[in-house]
Amino acid sequence: MSAAPAVTDATFAADVLASDKPVLVDFWAEWCGPCRAVGPILDQILAEHGDKLSIVKLNVDENPQTAAAYQITSIPAMKVFQNGEVVKTVIGAKPKPALEADLAAFIG
Amino acid sequence: MRQVIIIGSGPAGYTAAIYAARANFKPLVIASSVEAGGELMNTTEVENFPGFPEGIMGPELMGRMQEQAAKFGAEILLDDVTAVDLTGEIKKVTLGSGETHEALSVIFATGSANRKLGLPSEDRLSGYGVSWCATCDGFFFRQKTIAVVGGGDSAMEEANFLTRFADKVYVIHRKDTLRASKIMQDRALANPKIEFVWNAAVTEILGDAAVTGVTVTDTVTGDKRDIALEGLFIAIGNDPRTHLIHGQVDLAPEGTIAVQGRSSKTNLTGVFAAGDVVDPTYRQAVTAAASGTVAALDAEHFLQSLSADVLAGAI
Repeated sequence: MSAAPAVTDATFAADVLASDKPVLVDFWAEWCGPCRAVGPILDQILAEHGDKLSIVKLNVDENPQTAAAYQITSIPAMKVFQNGEVVKTVIGAKPKPALEADLAAFIG
Repeated sequence: MRQVIIIGSGPAGYTAAIYAARANFKPLVIASSVEAGGELMNTTEVENFPGFPEGIMGPELMGRMQEQAAKFGAEILLDDVTAVDLTGEIKKVTLGSGETHEALSVIFATGSANRKLGLPSEDRLSGYGVSWCATCDGFFFRQKTIAVVGGGDSAMEEANFLTRFADKVYVIHRKDTLRASKIMQDRALANPKIEFVWNAAVTEILGDAAVTGVTVTDTVTGDKRDIALEGLFIAIGNDPRTHLIHGQVDLAPEGTIAVQGRSSKTNLTGVFAAGDVVDPTYRQAVTAAASGTVAALDAEHFLQSLSADVLAGAI
């Protein structure tokens, strides 16, 4: 899984919605194999593009309010928030080049 | 240059790696970046793998196979193959990172990919109620009504698993009999939360932003009706993953890679295939593992037939 900082139901507004920088939220869970697989790829993208895009993870099992608020029904779900709004959604684990292409507007 | 590159990391790929590594061929396994471990990574309990009378979780079984391959010297790369050139004496395998690796032989064990219904609404609502991974997404359907499409073991396993969360699980199947094994059928048929919808094909998935139902067409009478539900799990089978080798390696009429008799030999010298990608019929973890063994032994035999000069070029 990703080593990105964790956000919770309690910190979501401050850490994600109020952020000046675009934030990718990785909605994940322990039991989800593809989530564990995509985590290290997100870590690489964070290492390479952390100046342009923040990446955080939210455990859907422990933070059901936020997961429900954004109608998560499939994980991994990666949503990019800008000025408090969802501006991009990527669903499912993808190889790094495919994920980079999806996120080109934020890391390009 | 390598003696052997193994493409794929399910039971076939890892078992081939265990055998090739124990034979000292230092295999390079291209395991995939997000699907390493293959299909069993998305299953729960595996009850029919010999040696585990109490069952074993799919991801744990694959973790152990990986560990066993690595222990004997297999090198495992979490990357994806984007192109192969298998026609020459030296095989070339290009990865998502842009690197190209060379080898004297290749074992192709790419398995199979989930088959789609083929409806435009399926792509549009994928991730918004349409799912291919019950273990990932079942959690989100607590106390909801959902459906599984399919009549095989995977469909029965998913339906039973999903009753942990959902109040009601329809199993929608095109026929009036199941392809699933008896034990899996019996469990599903006895599960009070599961209702079977027989002779029914899903012909439309309803919903704008999220799934609200499906239209099913009766495969006997042609009658259509809608079923209200919030989640649709598709388990209608798999297709062999052969796109990388189209035009290079011969395929069988079933779409699997054609191999000679009971061997793993393809039409190309030094190219072997194993697991679900060669198997239109059995497609079990154990048969895939056995097939991986066959491929490793065939590759070993092939490598031993090469001249010392050729072999000297490989590690």
